Amino acid sequence: MSVERIMWTVVVCLLPPLILSVFVFGIQTLFITLVSVASCAATEAVTQKLLHRPITIRDGSAVVTGLLLAYVIPPAVSFWIPILGAVMSIYIAKHLLGGIGFNIFNPALIGRAFLVATFPVAMTSAWLVPIRDFSIFKYAGGGIDAVSTATPLYVLKHYGMAEVTARFGSTLKIYGDFFLGWQPGCIGETSALLLILGGLFLLYKGYITWHIPVSILFTVGLLTWVFGGDKPFTGDPILAVISGGLMLGAIFMATDYVTSPTQPTAKLIFGAGIGILTVLIRLKGGYPEGICYAILLMNPLAPALEGWFRPKRFAPPKGAVK
Amino acid sequence: MRDFLTFPKGGIHPPEHKEISERLPIEGMPVPDEVEILLQQHFGAPCSPLIKKKDTVAEGDMIGKVTAGLGACVHASVSGAIKNIGTSSHPASIKAPSITIQTDRQAPPKVFEPVDWKNLPRDVLLARIKEAGVVGIGGAGFPTHVKLAPPPEAKVDTLLLNGAECEPYLTTDHRIMLESPGEVVEGARIILAILGITDCRIGIEANKPDAIEAVKKAASERSANGWRISVAPLEVKYPQGSEKQLIQSITGRKVPGFGLPFDVGVIVQNVGTARAVYEAVCLGKPLYEKVITVSGKGISRPANLLVKIGTRLSDIVDYLGGIRRDLAKVVMGGPMMGFAIPSLDVPVMKTTSGVLFLAEDEADTSPHGHCIRCGWCLDACPMGLSPNEIGIYVEAGRAEETSQFGLFECFECGCCAFVCPARRPLVQFIRLAKMKAKR
Repeated sequence: MSVERIMWTVVVCLLPPLILSVFVFGIQTLFITLVSVASCAATEAVTQKLLHRPITIRDGSAVVTGLLLAYVIPPAVSFWIPILGAVMSIYIAKHLLGGIGFNIFNPALIGRAFLVATFPVAMTSAWLVPIRDFSIFKYAGGGIDAVSTATPLYVLKHYGMAEVTARFGSTLKIYGDFFLGWQPGCIGETSALLLILGGLFLLYKGYITWHIPVSILFTVGLLTWVFGGDKPFTGDPILAVISGGLMLGAIFMATDYVTSPTQPTAKLIFGAGIGILTVLIRLKGGYPEGICYAILLMNPLAPALEGWFRPKRFAPPKGAVK
Repeated sequence: MRDFLTFPKGGIHPPEHKEISERLPIEGMPVPDEVEILLQQHFGAPCSPLIKKKDTVAEGDMIGKVTAGLGACVHASVSGAIKNIGTSSHPASIKAPSITIQTDRQAPPKVFEPVDWKNLPRDVLLARIKEAGVVGIGGAGFPTHVKLAPPPEAKVDTLLLNGAECEPYLTTDHRIMLESPGEVVEGARIILAILGITDCRIGIEANKPDAIEAVKKAASERSANGWRISVAPLEVKYPQGSEKQLIQSITGRKVPGFGLPFDVGVIVQNVGTARAVYEAVCLGKPLYEKVITVSGKGISRPANLLVKIGTRLSDIVDYLGGIRRDLAKVVMGGPMMGFAIPSLDVPVMKTTSGVLFLAEDEADTSPHGHCIRCGWCLDACPMGLSPNEIGIYVEAGRAEETSQFGLFECFECGCCAFVCPARRPLVQFIRLAKMKAKR
């Protein structure tokens, strides 16, 4: 077993959502993703060269960051956006903090947070209406203005559930479309189905455990049901977990080894914290989606959780530090 | 499938590689021209030589003795002349005091007269074990005559014989149990008599069904008159043969931190040690021969060899037809807990269980990376320690602060390093931390 093997397996698990995004948002999502991956790898190589460290792009971790960064970017942005995000992710969030194993925050999410703060218009409005006729070149030449729409969470936040069904169809149709991936959103976040399948494979391989994803999804579902409707206990928990970036964040980002705790109880608390913050931001904050900041806010708590929840010692000597 | 006994926390399943040597009968290696007997082959103080240069000694003569403190004597493993009293390469350190004997091939073979031990009092039995220089040959080499005389406040009720042999490649205990089960069980009876108890459980991993059957048969033949000796089949899981894990697997008792097995009423001996006790007491034969497994893809002919203690590895390699071209690493002991050795001048000791000649595809020599905090070592550690943290602290030059992670409860089984995806040398980090924290 090796770090390389883990990372490249994650890459493989992340490919189905990319392929789907080509059919949902068009061929330019593939180019954005390739630019992001190449920029991450290049930033890593240059940084390590300048720091006189061994160049480790072959371990696949920069490629994973590149994919995840692209997956949380809207599908109609310009190419220089993923390039800037990649430099932020790899140079600042990863290598200036010590490189793999030492970063406090998830690098891809730091990249996204930087882009949202720096290019708020592009990052919150470059959405595309899903393609349903395989015309994958439909948006290839078009700018943002021609095609912009709104994400379900944006509509829900600002206009309520009635407007969501008015725009995206009946509740059942929404569940079906969103679960499969036909909803406006970032490049790699729309298909709950494919993300779950990738997560199940990682679970089967033993690379992740169920604790963090299940804890996040359960908390978000529960709190949305309680507080997310016009009256208590009328929110839609299913819509809450299959829309936005929740599934991508819960399965592929919150489970990042470096920035999450290792022990089961700590993982459940970590996930619950992310879930609570996500719902808080979604319902009360300024953004329609909160998973990105929720994970970033919980990341620095991971070392503390790790310290509070140690493995059970076989039989520690009397008086030993617990 | 039947349930085998095991321990609950941690453990790993490394490739066993026992098929290389498990079917090869124990084979006596011809006496080498020269042997080099280390004066410290045990836990405790080194022996002082009892002979001078140019003296002649006979096979089985005592040539070194511990004058003060804990220790065990050493014996000549061949008849011949003392060629040198000096230093030699020691498997675990650089140089160590030793006695070199030039073999006299004309000397008559040593003959031992069997005695009936059942009428001998306890202190005579213990004295015969002490005179024979018997130590725990499965591990650290703790002097057996000391272990079998626990303090009176210890209420020992059970003897455990360790035949788990959970290290990959090694098949010496397997062959001893299969070929001499009667001697192993007889040794157990002697130990039970010394301890004044009747219950003995012999733990054997389930990957040795033939040994389980052989020892079961021998045990049932010798279990009359109140002796209760039985086999405890164990799940195949490393480190099943670690003392604390074995005790937990078989009895459910947990030895407290920094405690000893007799704190929970148990004495543990390796099956090979039990056989050495039998030979010491019934034959008066000192511990100067050892069964070792020579295995790995890097040796021309793998074998289970009965060798004279003090035989140099270079002689063993010559006898087995030399090494192969792709040899990458020579390990004394098993691959999990053994030591890589830089030279074949090293002699076999009482505690040598095997020598592995690992080829390039068996020995991972690729460089290690940063800890990615996957936590797999935490899951693998049978002691519930935090090897990842110890490694990070050591790299940061803060080794002294690592006892909070249970540094001194670590017995260096190597499960953490085995599962580490970044190939971090966690056991080496821990050994370094122990050295620095002790200072």
